[in-house]
This record gives sequence, C-alpha cells and structure tokens, in this order.
Amino acid sequence: MTDTSPIAPGLRKEVLLDIKDLKIDGYTGEEWVPIIKGVDLKLHRGEVMGLIGESGAGKSTIGAAAMGYARDGTRIVEGSSIEFDGIELTTSTEADKRALRGSRIAYVAQSAAASFNPAHKLIDQHTEAPVHYRIQKRMEAQEDAIQLYERLRLPNPGEIGFRYPHQVSGGQLQRAMTAMAMSCRPDLIIFDEPTTALDVTTQIEVLAAIRDIVDQFNTAAIYITHDLAVVAQMADTIKVLLKGEEVEQQSTEKMLAAPKEDYTKSLWAVRSFERDQKARPENATPLISVQNVDAAYTGGVKVLDDVSFDIYEGMTVAVVGESGSGKSTTARCITGLLPPTSGQVLFKGEPLPPKYTDRTKDQLRQAQMIYQMADTALNPKVRISEIIGRPAKFYSGLSGTALKSRVDELLDLIELEPSKYYDRFPPELSGGQKQRIGIARALAAEPSFIICDEVTSALDQLVAEGILKLLDRLQKELNLAYMFITHDLATVRAIADEVVVMQHGKVVEQGPKLEMFTPPHHPYTDLLLSSVPEMDPNWLTTLLEERGVDNVGEAADV
Amino acid sequence: MGDILPLVAKRLGFGLLTLLVISVIIFFMVELLPGDIAQAVLGQGATEENLAALRERMGLNDPAIVRYFDWLSGAVVGNFGESIVTGERVSSIITERFVNTLFLAAYAAVIAVPFAILLGIIVALLRNTLFDRVANVLTLTSISSPEFFLGYILILYLAVKTSMFPAIASLSGDLSFGELLHRTFLPALTLVLVVTAHMMRMTRAAIINLLASPYIEMARLKGTPPWKVIVKHALPNAWAPIINVVALNLAYLITGVVLVEVVFVYPGIGQSLVDAVSKRDFPVVQACCLIFAATFILLNLAADVGAILTNPRLRHPK
Repeated sequence: MTDTSPIAPGLRKEVLLDIKDLKIDGYTGEEWVPIIKGVDLKLHRGEVMGLIGESGAGKSTIGAAAMGYARDGTRIVEGSSIEFDGIELTTSTEADKRALRGSRIAYVAQSAAASFNPAHKLIDQHTEAPVHYRIQKRMEAQEDAIQLYERLRLPNPGEIGFRYPHQVSGGQLQRAMTAMAMSCRPDLIIFDEPTTALDVTTQIEVLAAIRDIVDQFNTAAIYITHDLAVVAQMADTIKVLLKGEEVEQQSTEKMLAAPKEDYTKSLWAVRSFERDQKARPENATPLISVQNVDAAYTGGVKVLDDVSFDIYEGMTVAVVGESGSGKSTTARCITGLLPPTSGQVLFKGEPLPPKYTDRTKDQLRQAQMIYQMADTALNPKVRISEIIGRPAKFYSGLSGTALKSRVDELLDLIELEPSKYYDRFPPELSGGQKQRIGIARALAAEPSFIICDEVTSALDQLVAEGILKLLDRLQKELNLAYMFITHDLATVRAIADEVVVMQHGKVVEQGPKLEMFTPPHHPYTDLLLSSVPEMDPNWLTTLLEERGVDNVGEAADV
Repeated sequence: MGDILPLVAKRLGFGLLTLLVISVIIFFMVELLPGDIAQAVLGQGATEENLAALRERMGLNDPAIVRYFDWLSGAVVGNFGESIVTGERVSSIITERFVNTLFLAAYAAVIAVPFAILLGIIVALLRNTLFDRVANVLTLTSISSPEFFLGYILILYLAVKTSMFPAIASLSGDLSFGELLHRTFLPALTLVLVVTAHMMRMTRAAIINLLASPYIEMARLKGTPPWKVIVKHALPNAWAPIINVVALNLAYLITGVVLVEVVFVYPGIGQSLVDAVSKRDFPVVQACCLIFAATFILLNLAADVGAILTNPRLRHPK
C-alpha cells in the first residue's frame, strides 16, 4: 500500500493508527448487513485526518471502531485489523481495550449537551478517567482541568467546572468536552461532528480551541464532519467516504484544489443552486404583516421585543439569527400557538385573532408549517395517505375518491410516485422523502403562506438542495409565500428575497437579500456573515488574526 | 433550592384538596348504602321509641351535609366518632392497630426496598444472562401468586416443617424488639416477596432505558468499567421512575395487607377494616378509608418531591 500521508517526504512520522480492510456489519432487526465495506486508514502521530461524507456513509462508525468499539447493533467483521500503536484491537480483550479508552484514545461527541451526564458536575466527569487510571490524584486532576479550561478560553475557568451541564451553554460544553478528552493527554482524539449542533458564531471559537489544543499537545485526531468548509480548517488530510467505502484521500490543499473523483466534485459543487431575487409587488398589501409583536412564555422574560416585518405574496423572507434569538417564537406568534403580549399579526390587512383557537378554518388554512425534524413531525404509525389526507379532509371536506385523487396529486407535486408511497409508513422513508411528505402535508391545506422552520438543517447537502429546488418550484406554481427560518446563510443566499436578522428577540436589520449581503452591515449581521466557514484552508487563521483570539464567537457578541 | 419549597407547598396543597374530595366520596358512598343504621345497631327487636331516641342521639335526623361537616371537623382533629358496635372511640380502636400495620410495613420495606433496587442494578448489569432470567422468573412467580398462598407455603415450610418461625404473629404480652422481629418475620417475608418484583423490574427497566443515551456511550468510551457505568452514570438519572414505583409499593404495604394479616392473624388495621365492614360499623370504615387515602396521597407526594430532588436541573437552577 502506498503511503498517502501529506507530511513532507523525509519527515516520515511514526504510524499511530493503522486500520486495514475494516468491515462492519449493522443489524437491521432481521439480518446483518454490511455498513463499512473494507476501509483502510493510516494515521501518523500528530496528524489530523478529516473523514467526510453524507449521513449513512459510516464516518461515525469508523470513528468508534478506531477505539475498538462497536456501537450497539453493529459488529466488527473478522478479518478486519485495527492496530493502535502496535496493539491489535480486534483481538484484544474487552478489559485491554477499556484500558486504552479515555487514557490513550479519547472521544468528543457531536452533542456535548447530551453526552455530558446531567447528574454530575463537569469537573467530576472530567477527572473520572485520570483518577480511574491513577494518572493523577483527584486534586491534581482538578487543577489540570482548570488549566485546560483556561487554555480552551472558557470563561471563569476556575469556576465553570463546578457547574452542572445544564448550567453551561452549548459552545462552552463542547469546549469542556474537548478539555475532558485531553484530561489524560491521549495520543489520539476522535472528534465526531463536534460543531454540527452549534451556531456559526459559536462554532468558530470551538474550532479555534480544538485546533490550538491539538497543535499544542501534538495529538493525532480523526475529525468527522459533513461540512467541507469546516474540515478544510482542521485537517491535514481528507478522506471522502460514500456508503461505507472510501472514495478518495488527499492532503487538504490537493483535495480542495483538485478533487479527482466525480462524487467528491459533486460534494464541492453542492451550493450551486441560487435563485434571482424578487422585488416586492407595487401598491400591494402584505400577505402577512407582523406589527410590533412582543411575546413571552408563561411567567418568563420577554423573548420577542417589538418585532415587525412584512411578507408579500409569492416571496420568500428568510429569518436568520442564532438559536435563542426568537425566530421560532415569531413563527409561533404568527400561527397563533403563542398569543403575543402586545402587537398584532395582519393577514391581507385584516388582523388575525391572537389565539389559534379563535381563528376560523379559512384563517387557519392560510398559514401552514414545515418542521426541522421530519422524523418527529410525522407520526410513525400512520400511513402516508392518511398523513396527507387528513388536512385535505379537514380543510376542504374531501372524501372517498376525491380525497384519494387529491392525495395522489399532492404526492405528484412533491415528486414521489403515488402508487409506491400511498400505503407506506414514515419510518420506511429516507430523511429527504420524509421532509417531502411534510411539505405535502402543508400543501394539502391549500395555504398561501408556509413557515419553513430549519427544514434543511437536518439533511445532507445534496438532499437539502433537492428540497430547496422543490420549494422553489412549488412557490412558482402555487404563488406561495415562505417564511424561511434558518441559521444557515448559504440557504439564505440560495432562496431568499428578503432577509430579517434577529438577535435577542429583536429585529437587528432587514432588507432585500442583495442589499443585506453587501456591506456596510449592522455589526451583528457582519459577525454572522463573517463566521460562515469558507472552503479556503486559511480562512480560520485569517479570521482569527483579524478578530484577535480573544474576540471570537460569544466574546465578540455585539 | 429556593424554587423547590413553593413547588412542594403546591403539591401539598393539591394533596389536601384530593383528600378533601376523597372524604366527600367516602362519606356519601357510605351514606348511599341501604338500611338504617339505628336499626342495624339495635337489631330487629327494637321499639320505635328506642330507634327514634338513638337516631336523635347519633344525629341521624340532621341533613347529610351537616353530618358530613360534623364528621370532617372531627376527623381533622383525630376524632372519628364512636364505634356503633362497641361504643368505643374509633380513634382508640384504630390507633394501636394502625401502629401495628405501620410496623409490619416498615419491617417489610426495610428489607424489600434495598433488596429490590440492588437486585435491579445487578440484573441490569447482567442483562440477558442466565442470572437475569432466573431472577425475573422467580420474582414474577412470587408477584403472580396470591399472597395468602405465599403465606401458607411459608407457614408450611418455615413454621410447620422446620419450626423456625411462629405461624401466628400474635403480639400479646411484653415482647423484646428481637422477639417482635422474629414473630412477625413470616408476614414481613410474604410482603417482601409480593412487592420485590415490581420495584426490581422498574429499576432494571429504568436503567436499561438509559443505556442508549449519548452520555452512557461517552462514559464507556472514557474506559469506565461496566458496573460504574450503571451505578454512577445510569442510576442517578433513573431515580425518578424508581422512586415512584417504590412509593406505590410502600402504599400497598400499608393498605393492601388485609389478606396477609388474616393469614397470620396479625392485629393490623386491615383486619379491623374487614371486621367493621362485616358488622356495618360505619364510623370505623370511614376512618380506615380516610387513613388509607391519606397514606396514598402522602407517599405519592413524597415520591414527587423525591423525583424533584434527584433532578439536577431542579436542584441547581441556572
């Protein structure tokens, strides 16, 4: 096998992890099917390798296998070889493998919020491994944790560890988890999508922290992600995976400049869909007009503060902002799920009753929603025909053959073969197909306005692109207005006509897309825009130099 | 901690409200029973004058609502009226027996709760092994058999054949504490067998339910040994459902022991309830029902508070 390491020739480093012909089976409930089909991976000391691919490509499974760990419902097939620093993990005993985990190979999970035990303080979880391996006494381990927190630029490093996970923000938790992975100074860290669940502005500081600490301790790392721009900042080498097989592996510069395989090229070309910006129709009343809306959850503080914007017929308004900025709450006010404490929502100039229970059927049908998680938004025990048929029956009073032909028509609209999908259940469909069913359900009410709440953020880029194209086509055919809630600015660039930027429950800036994407910006818009990772491998370095290390992410909050 | 006290106060308020509703139900259900109490007390041979005099004395001529409030105001200060049969004060009949029942329940609980939870943890650790299956089959068998049957089996083997323990748990005379424990061992053991399965299986299920959580995987990937994964990482998050089942079973130990008391001739409150029902001694029946209801409500309240106290989000607000 040829060594594809990007390290300069002559500076040959010691091989730390050598995976040969890795095959892993997954149990479907009936039989074992191969999910990893023979992958080789060679990692040197101090090297960072990016594993990239769509969901289902087997990235996380390979990451876990590098620790000799097979998740529940998977098994490593005989004949695979995983050699870590001379130790063959596939034949080691469970106790030997356990002795490596945490001490020499550490793991950083996708969602730190879910991966920290809610019942224990951060520092107690941090010190668990070093104390267990008798590397450090408890007090020493605590001292060390505080030092690591400081290095990762966590606020109040001396105190933050003594909090419980729910008392710490997502970005801080992710850094605390990186610190925890460092607690025994491992030789290898597996980063499993560590920034996927974070806002762009928070993502930057986590990326910077991870990169620094990996450099400082010369730790090798496997960095798993589906975001090319992110991996470009982090990795020396990139390996592209597709359905459990390797597509290609190159050094980062080469891979970005000249990908060889068609699949890799298609990944690079993903963000190609873009639509021309539409202007507001002249002298028209807005379809939906949100006027000076304030809102609060029961007994809580104000989450919306004087929010106003208009949405015109047939146009797409993107509402952007970090999590907690009030985007989804605004949507709840429009649909009447959360009556505003003051202000009003107008539909074609007529005020809508604040509570949905007071609205007429015709008012209700006008505004429909599509959700982020198609998985949880569709009842898994109900057939597709009924999911789509129910709103058609409720709002239009259809039944019998009229109802069936309406469902067929809707399935046609969302580009799913009616005869094939009519009787199926949601769990039998892929993520993209489920999202299409969600769209059909919204269309069944024959609305004039649809709220799309992060509809593409749980999907792979190629699939997301398909959904965006579909939404665009439907908008043209049915003259729909969209309120597009997202934190992904690439999506905004692709489909929005107008943009509303929200922060801390207030509208910071709004206007036509082209204007919003051209400077000068409001400082917060500027922060959001400049935080979106770019393909250039030096982007993060340049950005950090511009902003200064202490002025990224939350610290730079305006 | 500041947020917890109002929460507990609120729950306590709801508990009292529930108890009030139950007192209404108990009182008027008894009221709905056919027959004349005075007639029942004096028997068929009583003259009209005697009956009328007794009705007057017992206040039976007042409207039901007035009698309800009389009864309730008495009950609040522990005065449940007088027994129709013996004329004794109800509180003096019940108190001693209720203490006996509480003693037996506490005896069984002290053995059953730690045993069930420990066993639950062990079977969760050794899930799907032979030990897990055997433990499941045994505890399920014991919960599925009627408790009087279990009681007789225990009497047969531990009292009749081996004479290790007395078959009858009479509490006459002065008993040392050790003697007391020895005499009441068989009824306590019967109760332990009846309640263990439920608590053990809930502990097992609550723990296994959490094993798919990301933080459990994280603990495993930190090299934490399996027993520590269960005890340190899963158990602290599994307390809420376990505490609820424990509370339900403790309530059962107090209110559901009638059969066991009968089998072992144990002078507990269940027996006096059965006696009172068969003799139509309504004040005693009402008092017993109210005590049982209060027990259920109190234990459920304790379970709620316990669940809150084991939830770090509520214990340590942001």
